[in-house]
Amino acid sequence: MEPIERHTIAVLVDNEAGVLARVIGLFSGRGYNIESLTVAEVDPESAISRITVVTSGTPMIIEQIKAQLDRLVPVHRISDLTDGGASVERELALVKVRGSGNKRVEALRIADIFRARAIDSTNNSFVFEISGSPEKLDAFINLMRSLGLVEISRTGAVAIARGAKGI
Amino acid sequence: MAKRKLSGSDIVIQSLVDAGVDTIFGYPGGAVLPIYDALFKQNRLKHVLVRQEGGAVHMAEGYARSTGKLGVVLVTSGPGATNAVTGLTDALMDSIPVLCLTGQVPTHLIGNDAFQEADTTGITRPCTKHNYLVKDVNDLGQVMQEAMYVARSGRPGPVVIDLPKDVLINEAPYEVGKKPVAKHKTYRPQIKGDNARIREAVELIAKAKRPLFYCGGGVVNSGPRGSKLLTEFVKMTGYPITLTLMGLGAYPATDNKFLGMVGMHGTYESNLAMHDCDVMINVGARFDDRVTGLISEFSPGSKKIHVDIDPSSINKNVAVDVPIVGDCASVLAEMIKVWKEIKPSIDTKAINKWWDQIEKWRKRDCLAYKQSKDIIKPQYALERLQALTKDRDTYITTEVGQHQMWAAQYMKFNQPNRWMTSGGLGTMGYGFPAAIGVQMAHPKATVIDIAGEASFQMNIQEMSTAMQYRLPVKVFILNNEYMGMVRQWQELLYGSRYSESYTASLPDFVKLAESYGAAGFRATKPSEVDDVIKEMLDNDQFTIVDIAIDKGENCFPMIPSGAPHNEMLLGPDDEAEKPVSEDGMVLV
Ligand SMILES: Cc1cc2nc3c(=O)[nH]c(=O)nc-3n(C[C@H](O)[C@H](O)[C@H](O)COP(=O)(O)OP(=O)(O)OC[C@H]3O[C@@H](n4cnc5c(N)ncnc54)[C@H](O)[C@@H]3O)c2cc1C
Ligand SMILES: Cc1ncc(C[n+]2csc(CCOP(=O)(O)OP(=O)(O)O)c2C)c(N)n1
Ligand SMILES: [Mg+2]
Repeated sequence: MEPIERHTIAVLVDNEAGVLARVIGLFSGRGYNIESLTVAEVDPESAISRITVVTSGTPMIIEQIKAQLDRLVPVHRISDLTDGGASVERELALVKVRGSGNKRVEALRIADIFRARAIDSTNNSFVFEISGSPEKLDAFINLMRSLGLVEISRTGAVAIARGAKGI
Repeated sequence: MAKRKLSGSDIVIQSLVDAGVDTIFGYPGGAVLPIYDALFKQNRLKHVLVRQEGGAVHMAEGYARSTGKLGVVLVTSGPGATNAVTGLTDALMDSIPVLCLTGQVPTHLIGNDAFQEADTTGITRPCTKHNYLVKDVNDLGQVMQEAMYVARSGRPGPVVIDLPKDVLINEAPYEVGKKPVAKHKTYRPQIKGDNARIREAVELIAKAKRPLFYCGGGVVNSGPRGSKLLTEFVKMTGYPITLTLMGLGAYPATDNKFLGMVGMHGTYESNLAMHDCDVMINVGARFDDRVTGLISEFSPGSKKIHVDIDPSSINKNVAVDVPIVGDCASVLAEMIKVWKEIKPSIDTKAINKWWDQIEKWRKRDCLAYKQSKDIIKPQYALERLQALTKDRDTYITTEVGQHQMWAAQYMKFNQPNRWMTSGGLGTMGYGFPAAIGVQMAHPKATVIDIAGEASFQMNIQEMSTAMQYRLPVKVFILNNEYMGMVRQWQELLYGSRYSESYTASLPDFVKLAESYGAAGFRATKPSEVDDVIKEMLDNDQFTIVDIAIDKGENCFPMIPSGAPHNEMLLGPDDEAEKPVSEDGMVLV
């Protein structure tokens, strides 16, 4: 068996009706994995959106995924940020924690270590904002579990290649 | 040319006319009444009224496949659109250029579960190459142009345009006589192959000792020039060639270098050559599972070259050594150029030895069958059909089943676009409407649907269409009173328990034809076959021929699912000896 690899793929698409459904339908219809998917318009003038999708599969499947994405009519360009040299990947999460006394102090202390910011606070709760690699977010969230974790909202990863060159 | 204000309906019609479309297949309904009214007032587009929208798409497919042109369909919203889905999926699987215009409820009602509303773009997204919902009449002209370009170019396929009723009624400026677009801002198929790769491929071909061309529907898609260049290149090399079901006709069947069809019901010599070759030259075929058999044992010792216009076809099922993305005709022209330039000295000794081996396989005469004096063998009926039609201007379509495979084995195609069959989806009910579409495009030609009695009934309603337009289509039914292909699998895998695979309560096909005012003939003995075929061919009206064939005959050779190429079943005796593996049971 070929090894399973995790790839982050950026897809530039025309921001037209149904384009996201096309991309998602492709993944579900062909049985590919989606670990996370984010989308937002990046060029309002030419109505271009960027989809970042994190997926996994054997090298042959990853090649298929890229070829299948590329042949969708509204797709301008795709870029495999895992294959194409160094890239940076970030995700943002909002994490709600409820607690009092020592647990509250401990939550604040850990947030500080992770450079998470409290963006909302009540007598017995915090909402932390944290960004970083998906792994860093996982670690932070895991630590919050025993300190009164209530709710998590994550954006999914966005990524971009290092260096001066554009996609 | 100056722009004029036209209604959405007129823009639809004018764009089709401007793109050279002359025939459309459709069925009216509330949402498309504005287009039907506009059709009424013009005489440049011929509309063929079908009897069920499913038939319309297959007609458009037959029209498209036999001409290389775009096939156009017009249906209403809701049930009209959903009836078209099977045909669209069929066209997607077999890479047929079809434009399907669907009516839709007015834009302000979309999403309200309005009368005859269906989420057509949602439903057809996975079964089209692309689709559009036009919400503003000002976009319509552009979308029409773009859609026709997308359907026809690159790897062809079906495209849907969903047209809300208000968009059809509203007006927008339109430039009459506008030239069709030839490019798209994001969709740019690659036509020219990479030169270095082509050179690498030709060098590999030149050094081969046991080469085999394995070619498919992509050659047909690349136009008559693709087939011409393929024929030229194969003859230049002197190498053997096999074709897929979809590729039949891309190389002349009567040439000695053609080994017959490859795959599950392909010839012994083709499949063994696939298994044993050292260089496989795949031009426009997609390593379908009907062809590869057991993937892990597929042609284990060969270097593989793959020419395909769609990068997603490459390395999908089978990893290849020299991938070339490009149009078959363009790449073949380039290969021929390089071949002439390097003037290779091929290993004649090895090639002769390879041909000797192939001739030995050929001597097995895998398509031989036991002739009978009393019962019509399907193979015999088709041999006679082939003999009696070969000098005519003939087009063949098929339904799906054993008769389809026998047609592929016994009919000989020396030109592309003469053979229309549902390969990828295997849609029963394809052949008859497809034949009507072919006949519309070629009014003088002999167009024959080789049918099974079960499949024919799936779109039998189109008899009325054939009559209305006086189309002399011939339906040649190989009637075994069984869903023969299903029965064959039940014999092979399910202890001959014929669960629901008999076709009971059949109509009298001769009387059925007569009830429509058409001609009907029947043959029940081998001695009657020639006469019936001649009567059918002499008839200039819609004709149904009912050939009562051997009810128990099975289609051989056969590679059971999950078996490699060198474990073919050559006939009923083999079948008894080699039970199918359990792994094969789960495969289709
Ligand atoms: C009952 C049944 C039994 C069957 N048994 C067999 C069998 O025994 N043998 C067999 O072969 N098939 C068989 N089939 C058909 C099979 O399912 C596939 O449809 C068929 O094998 C595919 O043919 P193909 O590889 O030529 O590809 P097609 O489906 O014709 O695809 C064409 C390929 O060429 C590419 N292409 C398109 N246009 C161009 C261009 N201009 N330039 C370059 N490339 C292009 C496309 O991207 C695609 O990859 C059977 C079907 C049925 C229903
Ligand atoms: C729409 C559809 N339904 C079911 C099938 C499965 N199927 C494949 S062949 C076949 C039987 C075809 O019978 P017939 O048309 O009589 O042809 P024969 O095999 O007897 O020549 C069936 C049911 C199919 N291919 N298409
Ligand atoms: Mg039958």
